[in-house]
Amino acid sequence: MVRSLNGRTIVRLALVGVAAASLGACAKKAQPAYPTTTTPPVAQQPQTPLPPSGPGDVGTAQTGALPGSQQDFVVNVGDRVYFDTDQHDVRADAEPILAAQAAWLRRYPSVNVRIEGNADERGTREYNLALGARRANAVRDFLVGQGLESSRIATISFGKEQPIDPGSGEDAWQRNRNARTAIVSGAR
Amino acid sequence: MRIKAFVAALAAALGALAAVLPSPAAAQLSVTRGDVNPMAVAVPSFAGGQVGADISQVIAANLQRSGLFRPLDPASFIEKDLSAAVQPRFADWKTINAQALVNGQVTVDGNRLRVDFRLWDVYREQQLLGLQFTSSPENWRRVAHKISDAVYERLSGEKGYFDTRVVFVAESGGRGKTVKRLAIMDQDGANPSYLTGGESIVMTPRFSPTSQEITYMALRPDSATVYLYNLQSGRRESLGSFQGMVFAPRFSPDGGKVIFSVERGGNSDLYVMNLSSRTSTRLTTDPGIDVSGSFSPDGSRIAFTSDRAGSPQVYVMGADGSGARRISSGGGSYTTPVWSPTGEFIAFTKQTGGQFHIGVMKPDGSDERLLTTSYLDEGPTWAPNGRVLMFSRETPGGAPKLWMVDVTGRILQPMPYPGAGSDPAWSPLLN
Repeated sequence: MVRSLNGRTIVRLALVGVAAASLGACAKKAQPAYPTTTTPPVAQQPQTPLPPSGPGDVGTAQTGALPGSQQDFVVNVGDRVYFDTDQHDVRADAEPILAAQAAWLRRYPSVNVRIEGNADERGTREYNLALGARRANAVRDFLVGQGLESSRIATISFGKEQPIDPGSGEDAWQRNRNARTAIVSGAR
Repeated sequence: MRIKAFVAALAAALGALAAVLPSPAAAQLSVTRGDVNPMAVAVPSFAGGQVGADISQVIAANLQRSGLFRPLDPASFIEKDLSAAVQPRFADWKTINAQALVNGQVTVDGNRLRVDFRLWDVYREQQLLGLQFTSSPENWRRVAHKISDAVYERLSGEKGYFDTRVVFVAESGGRGKTVKRLAIMDQDGANPSYLTGGESIVMTPRFSPTSQEITYMALRPDSATVYLYNLQSGRRESLGSFQGMVFAPRFSPDGGKVIFSVERGGNSDLYVMNLSSRTSTRLTTDPGIDVSGSFSPDGSRIAFTSDRAGSPQVYVMGADGSGARRISSGGGSYTTPVWSPTGEFIAFTKQTGGQFHIGVMKPDGSDERLLTTSYLDEGPTWAPNGRVLMFSRETPGGAPKLWMVDVTGRILQPMPYPGAGSDPAWSPLLN
């Protein structure tokens, strides 16, 4: 095929027939249109994680939290228990907290809760979702074992997506391996 | 070196690399010290003004990033102002040791962009390719990617991967309060845009191997949902509601099914849904965690992560859930198996000794090779030609970034996208 594009020396150009044909076909529909729901970034903050609470918080509060309120539960009972690396067994140090949670929930029978399982960053995303679910269910099973109706307790896993400690290191990982008992309804 | 000789030498070198890497512990160092000389290519500015210069720069950057090519410094070029219509002065290109030359010409006529390009073997003084692309002017980057793919395929003998896109999780806001939005961009980091607004935690987007459709998981305080999202129509639909948490979706090779995990009572098992009938089948029933299902390219087998024997390991079973067999055998844990598009390898994330690695092994578990080592590497995705992997890398306390490594482990580099991102998923070649 002989072509002259701009009047300079003409050379023999072996235009690949098949390729040219297919490209010609593609060229007419080569406009990529990918609708996007949001183009400009809009800064949105997720819900602020609650400050860590744990064994040390139990019974140390000097607040006037309304009995039966979420604050009462968080401050005077403790809403979070912790786990060992890669484990989902309820630790001995978590049992008194969960027993206190169960007692509090028996006292306020209209309260429903959701157990949120969490994992540290030392694992991959999908596996840690499954691991967090195991932890949430271990807490749920413990509470049910304390006489709570399972219908009052939902579970979810946040995997490693919602660390309460943004640091990297054993201390942060330890805090981030937890299950939080969140009150979803019925509190004062 | 002649081009064909070069390609043969390259193939031999890559084969040798694979052959001398029996030990996972030594793999990373050995591979990254592998010695393959990239082919010297000259990509002078295409004639036709700024868009011509821009197109040649995108092509040169693509070829450079592949690691198989070494674009020469334009300042060294002797012949200037080439036309796509004339034969280049080969002696000028031999002098600067260019083995291949890519030149072209751009013509913009109203709303029509035409690009003529030629690929030349400098030493044989032969044209290897002569093609013409037409498109609209704002599409110039895609034309550059298509030319890159044509050059890559002609010189390496393998399909290219440049006219592709990557969907990923764009992260912002800092650790502990990170906003995670689904986003999409070209494989070279250009044209990023958001697909979701950050109202829920999104993760694990995966491309359909056959269409411009993705599946991903959205996590809210009270629910976990897997979605199908058509990128062309913008239509989004839930995979359905399940009793329990649903997560870790991935398409089958024909795009007709999605494999995913459902968690009930703390136990996660694998399910597969036929997308046309919307019927689901449970594939695993053991009390261990079974996640991260990934089909073989022929659809006959499934690789997945299970901790049924203690620590997380990679297993392979039939597509009907039969005959599960553990294939990972080294120390440490193995997660996120992803079957390569060629079927040759399964990529994975390995965690051992406080470090994370991206690695590959044969589907029978043999020939394990670790391609990367860092504080936290995770979640590989394959380029459609099976030559390059993208993954996310995190430093202690830092935001995750997208990285790329080729399957030999020789070419490790950050993805040219400046923002924080994780969970990359590579598209098939665009049409």
